Amino acid sequence: MAGVLREWLFTTDHKKVGILYLIGSVAAFAVAGIMALLMRAELSAPGPTITANPSQYNVWLYFHGAAMILGFQIPALTGFLANYLVPLQIGAKDVAFPRLNALSVWLFFAGIILALLTFVLPDPPDVMWTGYPPYSEITQGNTAFYSFTVLLLGFASILGGVNFLTTIAFMRAPGMGWNQLNIFTWSVFAAFILQLIFVPVLGTAVTMIMFDKYLGTNFFDPTQGGDVLIYQNLFWFYSHPAVYVIFLPFIGIVFDIVATFARNRIFNYKMVVYGGIGGILLLAGEVWIHHLYVTGMPDWLRVGQMVTTLMISVPVGLMFIGLVGTLYKGSITFNTPMLYALSVIFLMLIGGLTGIPLAVASIDINLSDSYFIPGHFHYVMAVAGTFAIFGGIYYLFPKMTGRMYNEKLGKTSFWITFVGVNLVFFPMMMAGLEGMPRRYWDYSQFPQVEGLHHLMTAGAVLVAIGFFLALVNWIQALFKGQPAGNNPWGSRSLEWTTASPPQHGNFPEIPMLSKDWSPYAYGSSQ
Amino acid sequence: MAEPMKRWLRWAGMVLMLTALSGGMALAQSRVETQRVLPGEWQVEERVIPDNVSGWDHLWEEILIDITVIGVIFALVTFWFLFRYRRRDPDQEGAMPKLSVGQAVGWAVIPVFVFMADDFYLAAQGWQLWNDYRSVPEDRLEIRLESAMWTWDYTYPNGVKTFNELRVPAGKPVLLRMTSRDTIHSHWIPDYRVKEDSMPGRITYIWFMPKVPGEHVVTCAEYCGHLHSRMKGKLIVMAPEAFEAWYEAEGAKLQQAKLETTGGA
Repeated sequence: MAGVLREWLFTTDHKKVGILYLIGSVAAFAVAGIMALLMRAELSAPGPTITANPSQYNVWLYFHGAAMILGFQIPALTGFLANYLVPLQIGAKDVAFPRLNALSVWLFFAGIILALLTFVLPDPPDVMWTGYPPYSEITQGNTAFYSFTVLLLGFASILGGVNFLTTIAFMRAPGMGWNQLNIFTWSVFAAFILQLIFVPVLGTAVTMIMFDKYLGTNFFDPTQGGDVLIYQNLFWFYSHPAVYVIFLPFIGIVFDIVATFARNRIFNYKMVVYGGIGGILLLAGEVWIHHLYVTGMPDWLRVGQMVTTLMISVPVGLMFIGLVGTLYKGSITFNTPMLYALSVIFLMLIGGLTGIPLAVASIDINLSDSYFIPGHFHYVMAVAGTFAIFGGIYYLFPKMTGRMYNEKLGKTSFWITFVGVNLVFFPMMMAGLEGMPRRYWDYSQFPQVEGLHHLMTAGAVLVAIGFFLALVNWIQALFKGQPAGNNPWGSRSLEWTTASPPQHGNFPEIPMLSKDWSPYAYGSSQ
Repeated sequence: MAEPMKRWLRWAGMVLMLTALSGGMALAQSRVETQRVLPGEWQVEERVIPDNVSGWDHLWEEILIDITVIGVIFALVTFWFLFRYRRRDPDQEGAMPKLSVGQAVGWAVIPVFVFMADDFYLAAQGWQLWNDYRSVPEDRLEIRLESAMWTWDYTYPNGVKTFNELRVPAGKPVLLRMTSRDTIHSHWIPDYRVKEDSMPGRITYIWFMPKVPGEHVVTCAEYCGHLHSRMKGKLIVMAPEAFEAWYEAEGAKLQQAKLETTGGA
């Protein structure tokens, strides 16, 4: 037992590091999900229900947001999926810097533990995941825990960035050109470019908050020559690209899942990679002002970034055409991973298209910070991302464990969750149009939204049941699942050519690839 | 390449071209309208006061139609493919035709053109409405707002102060110049489709045009801690005469109080 623990704690194998990331991030997801349930319980009726203390609600909300984004989505996508899949997909033995990889997962766990201290601290942070000053500096809550969590997780990301860019650039199997990469590998490459450029900016911002609050500096205090808006600019200069750090890998894994279960080539591969992923890389850093449309930034900046924000629809649209096009003349089956991947198309359509009115500054002047916003970003990022991650876990389950999950339970759990999320987040947008602002512990002044809130709470219960069933399915399959074989899906991608689970070093012998090899070489017309 | 694919591509290409054309024409038309209307408006003695509520509602509906059409097209195509190309025998593989260079480029460039046309069209519309939101009519009632945790404090031109209650006359544009004593708040009047943050060290503004007497909700849209959700106010639009009477009476009371203080001191 001690030996096993030791092996996992001090592992430098990218697959084990990936699974450690998976365990940590699913734990963060579970705790943050419980926070969401507590909030939905509080909002099940107007006025105080399960807590009469709004600050208690604010702490739940803070933890939910911070843990879901920094502790679940980013680590699950760029930690778990990237670690597990990328070396396998490019035919490498491991990542370029295995020990750095181990360090990054340790930092990640330290960050998660620091975040969990929220529940035992006397004055837990209540600054939302955004941590805007002056509030984050004048609150009783311990903002330092927020700053340190962000710094630790950010540092883990930077290490991952150095590692994966090197790995993908220099460790591809002999003969594998850039245009033969999986879409997922491409998307990880792009996501880590964004992380390397932008994470330091976030680190700077939260460090300045800490200096202001605890060491008496005045970066954000206007009475001493500071400015409150500098923080918001720095924060969103990172955090909007962070949305694409989540979006790119999740749409990447969706592409791989769809290609596998449609047994089809990617439609217009180069358009997806260079137009879609490349276009997002180009635009990611020029749209952050759309989070500051109602802060009194100069008009030329607001109007200018309204145009760049709308233009994000171009690369995203190209990726959509690629994704839907991949179904064309395919041979489609509907296993659980495929259901999750296809639902991402649906969720992204609603979430992405509701982003268009929000991109228009004069529409946002009414909708900004209303319930419309959490409705929109849960669809486009939170739920779509989580469904892609869950699809990815189901997809890789036979590879990671050598066993097959229960298909029937998987599908049941999927449909319950899918109905649930739509019940939560569609009414949420409607409540925003009715005039209810976000981050409210009580909505007594908006009697017209009470019915919507009942729907949302009911939906949240369904979501919880659905995710619980998924968890049951995995744990059961881990011990009792049928042997899956090396390639249960009939995929052509490299990760499925080796054993399940792959041995240390991944491949019995390094794959040699020809010029017209492709991870998507299905059908006869190659 | 298979014949049906060719036919399909031709058909899709035509639809795309038509969409692009109409998008481009709509954009061009909106620019022409901008040029035609604005000078006319400025030639009138008094500028026509734009109605931002109906402006917002109109643009919102337009965008809603736009995104619904796009969403439905994508969803229908997806569902059709899922149905049409479901796996019929276990060994079946996909038969994605290989695109020629021209087709590959076309499938990238034409959609880019279509999406950009739609983007620029919406941006032009949005910009026009934005200008209405940001240019305040000359003849207006100017009120100062100082927000604090958790109250809205209004100061009228004659020095009268109210708390969490904004009284304005119907028929006159109202300008709020806003700042904050402690943290960031956001003064939102959902019925007038307008909000902007108030914060320490900066002065921001919003304006709106109350038309009929009535009461409206004012609510805080920027997270400000413990009682954020209880930071509510009331906008009371009064008949002009009623407002005048209230305003004069409050002003007189204020004068009286001032006199008493100076008299006492």
